[in-house]
Amino acid sequence: MSVIGNTALSFSEEQAMLLDVAREFCRKKSPIAAVRAQLETGSGYDPALWDEMVALGWTGIALPESCGGSGMGMATVVPVVEAMGRAMLGTPLISTTLAAQLLLRAGGEGPMESVLADIAAGATATVALLENADWGESRITCTLDAGGVLQGSKKFVADATAASLFVVVIEHHGAPALAIVRAGQLSGDAISPHTLIDQTRRSASVNFGGVAVAEGDLITGGAVVTALRDLYLLGALLTAAEATGSAASCLDTIVDYLKTRKQFGKLIGSYQALKHPTVDILTAVDSGRSFIYHAATLLGEGPLDRDAEIACRMAKAHATETLLYAGDRAVQFHGGMGFTYECDAQLYIRRAQWSQQQYGDAQHHRKRLASLLLD
Amino acid sequence: MSISKQEAKDFRDQVSAWMKENKPADPGFLLPQTFMEVGDERQLEFLREWQHKVWSAGYLGMAWPEEYGGGGMERGYQAIADQEMRRHAVPICFNVIGLGWAGPLIIDMGTEREKARYLKGILSAEDIWCQGFSEPDHGSDLGNAQTRAVRDGDEYVLNGQKIWTTMGNFARYMILLARTNPDAARKYDGLSYFLAPMNVPGIETRPIRKITGEYGFTETFFTDARIPADCLMGEEGQGWKIAMQTLQYERGAEAGAAGGLMMVRVTIDDMIEELRDVARDGEPVLKDPVMRDQLVKMIMEEKSIALGDRRARVPALTSDYPHSLMLSHKLRTTEMTRRMRQFAINLQGAAGGLYVGDPEARQGGFWQRAYFNSFSATIGGGTSQVQANIVAEHILGLPK
Ligand SMILES: Cc1cc2nc3c(=O)[nH]c(=O)nc-3n(C[C@H](O)[C@H](O)[C@H](O)COP(=O)(O)OP(=O)(O)OC[C@H]3O[C@@H](n4cnc5c(N)ncnc54)[C@H](O)[C@@H]3O)c2cc1C
Repeated sequence: MSVIGNTALSFSEEQAMLLDVAREFCRKKSPIAAVRAQLETGSGYDPALWDEMVALGWTGIALPESCGGSGMGMATVVPVVEAMGRAMLGTPLISTTLAAQLLLRAGGEGPMESVLADIAAGATATVALLENADWGESRITCTLDAGGVLQGSKKFVADATAASLFVVVIEHHGAPALAIVRAGQLSGDAISPHTLIDQTRRSASVNFGGVAVAEGDLITGGAVVTALRDLYLLGALLTAAEATGSAASCLDTIVDYLKTRKQFGKLIGSYQALKHPTVDILTAVDSGRSFIYHAATLLGEGPLDRDAEIACRMAKAHATETLLYAGDRAVQFHGGMGFTYECDAQLYIRRAQWSQQQYGDAQHHRKRLASLLLD
Repeated sequence: MSISKQEAKDFRDQVSAWMKENKPADPGFLLPQTFMEVGDERQLEFLREWQHKVWSAGYLGMAWPEEYGGGGMERGYQAIADQEMRRHAVPICFNVIGLGWAGPLIIDMGTEREKARYLKGILSAEDIWCQGFSEPDHGSDLGNAQTRAVRDGDEYVLNGQKIWTTMGNFARYMILLARTNPDAARKYDGLSYFLAPMNVPGIETRPIRKITGEYGFTETFFTDARIPADCLMGEEGQGWKIAMQTLQYERGAEAGAAGGLMMVRVTIDDMIEELRDVARDGEPVLKDPVMRDQLVKMIMEEKSIALGDRRARVPALTSDYPHSLMLSHKLRTTEMTRRMRQFAINLQGAAGGLYVGDPEARQGGFWQRAYFNSFSATIGGGTSQVQANIVAEHILGLPK
């Protein structure tokens, strides 16, 4: 067997249609001015726009029809997220999608039907996962006390201020478990927003101490372990899809400037010191798109298999480094203008640092890929 | 028309059996990894005999027209035969400039007479072909080539010099780019394309020693050399267009090539296999965390190219820059190959410093040689830098 392994890549008509629709939607509804208008707001997105996304069915793409979704699977979420990444459109779609997947995979379609139906209908949700800055940490200290009351807090909870529902990863009787917490159950000062490098994003520390968890809101059992593992991989893939979209529009921003700015009597795009790295960004974006749609091809219905794991990790490791490079060069290639808040290069370089840290950076994934591929 | 699964399997078994039966024994001298590394008569005769044998068995030129020595079959059969040749690691089919470039060119653009005259000899290896494009002062700037061809009755008279002519000293024919009109308004319009014989008075070749140590290419001098006027391909002034078409084949559009192993393929799997017993800090090198990280990057790079080939066939996923994957292919694959081979030497520890000829060199210095040879692809056929310019200008629309 070759280490290159599986190279399947297919793209269904449904995916193609959603990619088209999503790109058109983002082009119309999320021009850069609209993105900038949200940079310093509390929630980071426009609720009216969110409602339109819900109406388009985007919160239910990967949910079963029985839960009000369209049953098209996570593979069809990828093109939507890529398109949003291109437009730098925030919104809680990624966090909501991941929370729904975690519930579906850990709790099952039947038991989770009503909560998933809420999500498909537009209820925002998020996973409360990390307790420190280490994406490789597997110990969980958040737990339920004997009275069924949560003890502990979480950090880096995406879209916490917007979320109506939290899926809290806890330890219960020595095994990972999930607790569903509604926003209304939190005390008034439970959420402390972080100040993020990427201003299109929101996340916060959330103190869950004192929240009583009803029996029906506790998910335990072996499926939780698998679902959590898949959450990390799906999170990596969606972050990769988004970062790849952002890198593609970052490339467009660079190319536009290289075609209009003149120095020494020539368009700066004629200088190879700028031209060739720009080609490197193009080929990296090209590879990024190949990786994310390859991974999407391998997702399937149930738990992710080894090939899918490899694909998700490669997609993340590649996309992250591509956006880091593209954002970094975007600033440099705009000169003094690149150092301004007004220049869009800042949006990309900030997004790059953020994306790199979501669901494990490139080194985190390559380390795991090494074990998968070389041992 | 397509090949059924059963037909494909039967055919694969048949080729495989033939390769096993006919794979030549180690000749006891160094065999070229690429057609650009054929340096002496011994190698030449060995490879000529091998290619002739493969063609005689029906495994070369399978999709070329039957009347010109081909098999007149589906392309898929050649693909299977090529895979089996690779799998059995048989020697290369070395007449690549004929098989891969001149041949497809003649099939696509040549006259009936040209097809009848040249194609069969390319397949049988009777006629070795070389390429006279580059000149000492005009390499990347090929459009400025100055070698002159002047019409005189039913002949052209050639004067000038070509260089880096792979197999120039062995070839019977040359695809030649020469200037017929020095006064053309655009430099490109003064060029013409010839299918020129090499064994005429006034053409002289001088081998050049290469970085790998052997003499695989030549300087080629033209001094009042006369070739028949019917060697002109197309019309005067069409040389640049035909040369660009030739480069398309050369840069990897494989459609039309006669097939056969064109070079010894080494993959990242070969590298990993080869290095399993190498130690670093007293541990297997494949356990070294830093080296593992590097290796994973390389695996990802190779995989991304394979995935790109797949994605290129999905129109909905190529709408941004429709030709970007295709136009950047040569740049990406050749640069990746170069870095991979350099890394393979790096991984060998002190043995990385040994070269072909040293009894302790790993695999006889295979990777050292392979690394050097990789530059033939990052320089030949348009350098990587020039390829990057092409991608920047044609795909991204950046100014010249
Ligand atoms: C092994 C081998 C076999 C070959 N076989 C043949 C053959 O059979 N027939 C044949 O005709 N030729 C052959 N070549 C020649 C090859 O095509 C040329 O070497 C190549 O086109 C480069 O030309 P040059 O050598 O003149 O380099 P130059 O054009 O002088 O380039 C020197 C350096 O400048 C860079 N450079 C040049 N122009 C630009 C630009 N516009 N922008 C940025 N950088 C630039 C190049 O990338 C290179 O790094 C062979 C070469 C090799 C290495």
